[in-house]
Amino acid sequence: MALLKVESLSKSFSGLKAVSNLDMEINKGQLVGLIGPNGAGKTTVFNLLTGVYVPTEGTITFNGKKMNGLQPYKVSSNGIGRTFQNIRLFDDLTVLENVKIAYHQHVSYNTLSGILRLPNYFKGEAEMEEKSMQFLKIFDLDKNADELAKNLPYGQQRRLEIARALATKPSLLLLDEPAAGMNPQETHNLMELIRWIRDEFDLTILLIEHDMPLVMGVCEHIYVLDYGMVIAHGTPDEIKNNPRVIEAYLGEEAI
Amino acid sequence: MKLLNKKNAIILLSLIVVYGLVQFLFNNGTLNQFYMMTLILVCIYIILAVSQNLITGFTGQLAIGHAGFMAIGAYMSAMIVVKFQGSLILGLIFGAIIAGLAGILIGLPTLRLRGDYLAIATLGLGEIVRIVFLNMDYLGGATGLSVPKTIDWTWAFWLMVISVLIISNFINSSHGRACISIRENEIAAEAMGINTTKYKVMAFAIGAAFAGLAGGIYANYMYFIQPTTFSFLKSFEILVMVVLGGLGSTTGAIIGAAVMTIGSALLADYPEIRMLVIAVLLIALMIFRPNGIMGNKELKFNFLNFKKKGDENGTT
Repeated sequence: MALLKVESLSKSFSGLKAVSNLDMEINKGQLVGLIGPNGAGKTTVFNLLTGVYVPTEGTITFNGKKMNGLQPYKVSSNGIGRTFQNIRLFDDLTVLENVKIAYHQHVSYNTLSGILRLPNYFKGEAEMEEKSMQFLKIFDLDKNADELAKNLPYGQQRRLEIARALATKPSLLLLDEPAAGMNPQETHNLMELIRWIRDEFDLTILLIEHDMPLVMGVCEHIYVLDYGMVIAHGTPDEIKNNPRVIEAYLGEEAI
Repeated sequence: MKLLNKKNAIILLSLIVVYGLVQFLFNNGTLNQFYMMTLILVCIYIILAVSQNLITGFTGQLAIGHAGFMAIGAYMSAMIVVKFQGSLILGLIFGAIIAGLAGILIGLPTLRLRGDYLAIATLGLGEIVRIVFLNMDYLGGATGLSVPKTIDWTWAFWLMVISVLIISNFINSSHGRACISIRENEIAAEAMGINTTKYKVMAFAIGAAFAGLAGGIYANYMYFIQPTTFSFLKSFEILVMVVLGGLGSTTGAIIGAAVMTIGSALLADYPEIRMLVIAVLLIALMIFRPNGIMGNKELKFNFLNFKKKGDENGTT
C-alpha cells in the first residue's frame, strides 16, 4: 500500500488555481522528485502536504490516515518532516539548540519536572543532547554545535535544515530545493547524503529541485508539475524523453 | 544530582548574604523606611519584569497587559486576606492562580493576533480589568481597599528569588526552548512539531500568574490598593524595564527593574525633572545600545566555576 496517497488535490487562492487535481502515490522507501518551472505550484504542494494550507478539494492520506485540515505540528508528529526553500532556521539559537527543538516532541519529561529540576529532567536533557549531537555528526556539523545558526555559511545552513527535519523522526521527508545555492561538488555530496539517510533512517523522500543532474541521478520516480497540474510522471528516463516535459520545462537541448 | 554544584552553592550563598545584609542594616537603623520600601519595590518589579520578559522577550509576543494581571493578583489576594480572613500565603497563591487562569482566558483568543494587533488587544483587556475593579463596590471600587501590611523584606526577597528561579528553569527546559522557537520562526517551529498555540498560551499564563503574585505582594505591603495604580502606564513601565535590560535576557530584566526602580526613587525629591531624566536616559540607551543593557545574553557566573570549560552546566 502507498505510504502517501494524494487524490484530486486542489488549492485555489481566490480564483487562482495554484494546484489542480493532483494525484500522487508514493510507496514506502521511494525517493521521488517533484520538478517543474517556477510558479508551477511545487512549494504549494509541500505546504498542502504539511498542513500550512488547507486544501480546497481532494484528500491526502498518509500511513492510512487522513491528513486534510490537520495543523502543521500534528502533521509533523504523524511523521512528515520538511525543510524550507527559503531557509527558516532559528537564527539566534545555536546549531545544537536548533536540533533540540526539533527533538522536543519526543522529550521524556513534562513541564513541571523541568521547572522543579526533577531527576528525569536531567536524564531527558542528557538523552536529548546525545541524540541531537548524533544528528549533527551525520551532517558534519558537530564542530559547530555552539555556533549561532545565523553565523553558519549557506551550505551548512541547508544541511542543518535537513538535520533538524530528521530530528523530528519522520517517516516521510520533504526537501524543498536542498541543493539551491550549492556548487557542483557540494551538490554531488548532497546526492550521496540523501541516498544514505534514506537507507539509514528507513525514510521515504520527496524532493523539489531544479538541479537536473541531482534529480535524475537520485530520484527513482519523478512528477512534473506545470500550472498546478501533473503533466507527466515516471522514471527519470521516461521523463527525459517526454515531449511535453521538454516543451514545458527541460527545453530542447536538455541533458 | 547536579543541583548542588559549586556555582549554585556560591549563588545561594551570595543571595543569603544580600538578604542578611539588608535585614541587618534595616534592624540597626542605617536603612530607613523609604529605602526599605524601594528595595521591596525592586523585588516586586523584578518579578513583573522577569515574567513580562518570558512573554515578550522569550516567546516574542508583544503583550502590554501586565498591569491587568497584577491588579487581578492584588485584588484577589486582598479579598482572601481582608474579606475571608485567610492567611497571607493563601492569598498570594490564590491571586497568582486566578491571574494565571485569566491569562489562559485572555491568551486563547488574543494570541492568534500578531505584533501590534496583539499589543492593542492586550492593552485594551488590561484596561477592562482595571475598570471592572473600579466598578466593583465589593472590593472598594474607586475609593480603594485597605489591606493589612504583612509583607516584609523576608517575604519579598525570597518570593522574588523563587519566582526568578521557576521562570528561568522553565526557559532552560525543552518546553522553554519550544517557546523561544516561536519567537525565532513561528512557521518553522510549527513544522518541527511544536504546538505553537499551546506554548504561547503556556508562556502567557505563567507570565500572568507571576504578575498576579507580584500584585499580591504589592497589595499586602502597601496598606492600600486602588484601581488607578494598575493603569496601562504601569504596563508600559514594566515593558520599559524589560527593553532597558534586554529582551530575552533574565539577568537583563532583573537589572532593568532594579535600575528603573532605584533610579525613580533617587529622583523622588525632584518630581518635576524625574520623567525627563528617565526619558533622556532611555533615548540615549536606544541610540547607543538598541538591544538593551544585556542584549539577549545572560550574565553568566561561569567565573565561579573553577573546573575546565566543557563540564559546566547552567542550572541557576
